[in-house]
Amino acid sequence: MLRRTASSLLVLALAGTATACGRAAPDANVAADARGPITVWLSNNAQEVQWGKQMVAAWNKRHPDQHVTAQQIPAGKTSEEAISASIIAGTSACLAFNTSPAAVPTFQKQNGLVPLDDFPGGTSYVTGRSGGLADQYKSPDGKFYQLPWKSNPVMILYNKKLFKKAGLDPEHPKLATYKEFLKTSRTLVHSGAAKAAIWPSPSSDFFQPWYDFYPAFAAQSGGKQLIEDGKPQFDSAAGRQAASFWRELYAEKLAPQEAYPGDALNDGKAAMATVGPWAVSAYKNAVDIGVAPVPTSDGGSGKHSFSDEKSVAMFSACKNRGTAWDLLKFATSSAQDGRFLETTGQMPMREDLTKRYADYFAEHPTYRAFADQAERVVEVPNVPGSVDIWQAFRDEWTKSVVFGRESTRAGLSNASSEITDLLNEYGGQS
Amino acid sequence: MSLTLQSRPAAPSSTEQSPARRNRFRSRVGALFVSPYVLFLLVVFAIPLVYTVWMSFHRFYFTAPGTDVDAPWVGLSNYKDVFTDPVVGQAFLNILIFLVINVPLTVGLSLVLAAALNAKMRGRAFFRAAFYLPYVTASVALVAVWQFLFGQDGFVNHLLGSHAPDPSWLVNTHLAMPMIAVFVTWKQLGFFVMLYLAALQNVGKELYEASAMDGAGKVRQFFSVTVPGVRPATTLVVIYAIITGANMFSEPYLLTGGGGPDHASTSPVLLMYQKGIEQGHPDVAAALGVVLIAFVMVVSLAARKLTERGN
Repeated sequence: MLRRTASSLLVLALAGTATACGRAAPDANVAADARGPITVWLSNNAQEVQWGKQMVAAWNKRHPDQHVTAQQIPAGKTSEEAISASIIAGTSACLAFNTSPAAVPTFQKQNGLVPLDDFPGGTSYVTGRSGGLADQYKSPDGKFYQLPWKSNPVMILYNKKLFKKAGLDPEHPKLATYKEFLKTSRTLVHSGAAKAAIWPSPSSDFFQPWYDFYPAFAAQSGGKQLIEDGKPQFDSAAGRQAASFWRELYAEKLAPQEAYPGDALNDGKAAMATVGPWAVSAYKNAVDIGVAPVPTSDGGSGKHSFSDEKSVAMFSACKNRGTAWDLLKFATSSAQDGRFLETTGQMPMREDLTKRYADYFAEHPTYRAFADQAERVVEVPNVPGSVDIWQAFRDEWTKSVVFGRESTRAGLSNASSEITDLLNEYGGQS
Repeated sequence: MSLTLQSRPAAPSSTEQSPARRNRFRSRVGALFVSPYVLFLLVVFAIPLVYTVWMSFHRFYFTAPGTDVDAPWVGLSNYKDVFTDPVVGQAFLNILIFLVINVPLTVGLSLVLAAALNAKMRGRAFFRAAFYLPYVTASVALVAVWQFLFGQDGFVNHLLGSHAPDPSWLVNTHLAMPMIAVFVTWKQLGFFVMLYLAALQNVGKELYEASAMDGAGKVRQFFSVTVPGVRPATTLVVIYAIITGANMFSEPYLLTGGGGPDHASTSPVLLMYQKGIEQGHPDVAAALGVVLIAFVMVVSLAARKLTERGN
């Protein structure tokens, strides 16, 4: 009796598991031209949601038979984790307007993405909109699995009120060279104007280097990526200079070693932050913001920075890919990019940004600096194992730069060796 | 051997069930009642466990539905990755540090508090609720309290002034893990006090009376009557504390910024999350999970032997 019951339960459990595992994917050939209702995911940034709702409303008015539903991306520690989980479950939206380029190799490996080149005129649309900048977003197989949508070129944002309190000139801050930046930081902290001169998160998360090391390295190296031609680039003079600069900030307690549980710039705890233009509108009621380029050792600042870009990706769970492709083009059209710029202050990935939206930049001079910077942004390398690679880098950075437990030279050298091993490992697998 | 008179069972009438039939019926009803839980165990524990072991011996990653991807047998390759990763070694060392601090502290404090709360005292209900409150409060809220207390700019450092540790409590390589161990002890204490309070109800009052007549004081009674009397509960507390500690995730993740300085507070489960979810290596994460299960079993068995010694 018990044996029979146990057998029945086992069969039931296995059947349940098999049903759960037996997920179906849409037929790619049928889906490619299919049109009908779709869902898109937006980030949870209030201004982006506002733009997204008007964009979708405009589309739905013109295409009542292809209704689009927009919703914020499901909650998770990061959007990438939420998207990855949805790919595995087969529940992704057709389009996500918040796809990090660092996660694209992983999504691609999971067979979760639709190559945009498969659509008629797909490649030319991507390259036509973003020009030369588009090359950084091409996958190793030569295809575009993402449309580079908007960038948030990271610059130094500073609190003018705190600069004034410290006796510094808020209109002409001395932040161009490492030496000037450190001197200004000491004045800010030692005068008691701010607890921290600058407060990027010192935590071990793999993506944190994008807001401390990477902008500094991009500026110092003249626009090098972390990895180029399959080799790490940061164990170099430029990498060592950028790392030493940050180590000095931590060693002198100008940047705290503990993560701030909130937004330090917004709360007046830090006088500066490395952030993109999204922050300007987010802070407009709380902080009088000034903008400066990322410093370099000799003051030749402003040439390059990290893009903090987000792409639009189409997911393989999408049944009506014809509609999704049309909506993607509609949402990234010149008119919608203009609306996006006006609503969010973020930079559409267009080559001729300042000329095309000249009136906007004339009215909003603070954003002009970001638009200029957007012409020279550096992306995360589009390589397999990208997250592992950034994690390996971050671990060594935390050890050597944040806590000074080994020299910056040793830290960068170790990170370079580990990343070379990872590149070989992934190269061997692919 | 004693003799007892037993009446011979009467032959079953047509309306009465035989004992064998009655047993079969009871057995079926019993099976019906336990079947949802057995099903739950199979689906939620047994099948995933078997699947985890299978994954740990294959090159495996999660893919979109309908994707035909090979998952070749790789033998011990994933285990080799686990055992050669210095961060994994650090994570297990962190757990050992945690257990060495947390388990004795948990057992000692919860037993002493339970014994105190078991005695007649004013405000007993209030104290019982007060100790239990952290256990039923969300970890995130408690972490905020600890950051307020032990953050770089926190209340404790304000009190200590120049005597505050540098780097501060939660980012100090030597202090991060002990801080987590103390935090978890405080958070879980109410639950273990409740366990001991329940166990104390079974310790006979006559033992206390007899020992008092023999001249034993309160302290002597505690060590000679209370401690041996609640030994089975102590075994339960120790094993439960070990399992909770080995499964720790949210405390290092939230309290020390994702694993602390230089992995000083990284736990194996936090690493499983990083490798399996963040970095897309569920096969290596599965191998790490199997190693963790083995670790917990060995430590729990050793702890059980230790606590039951002398029984």
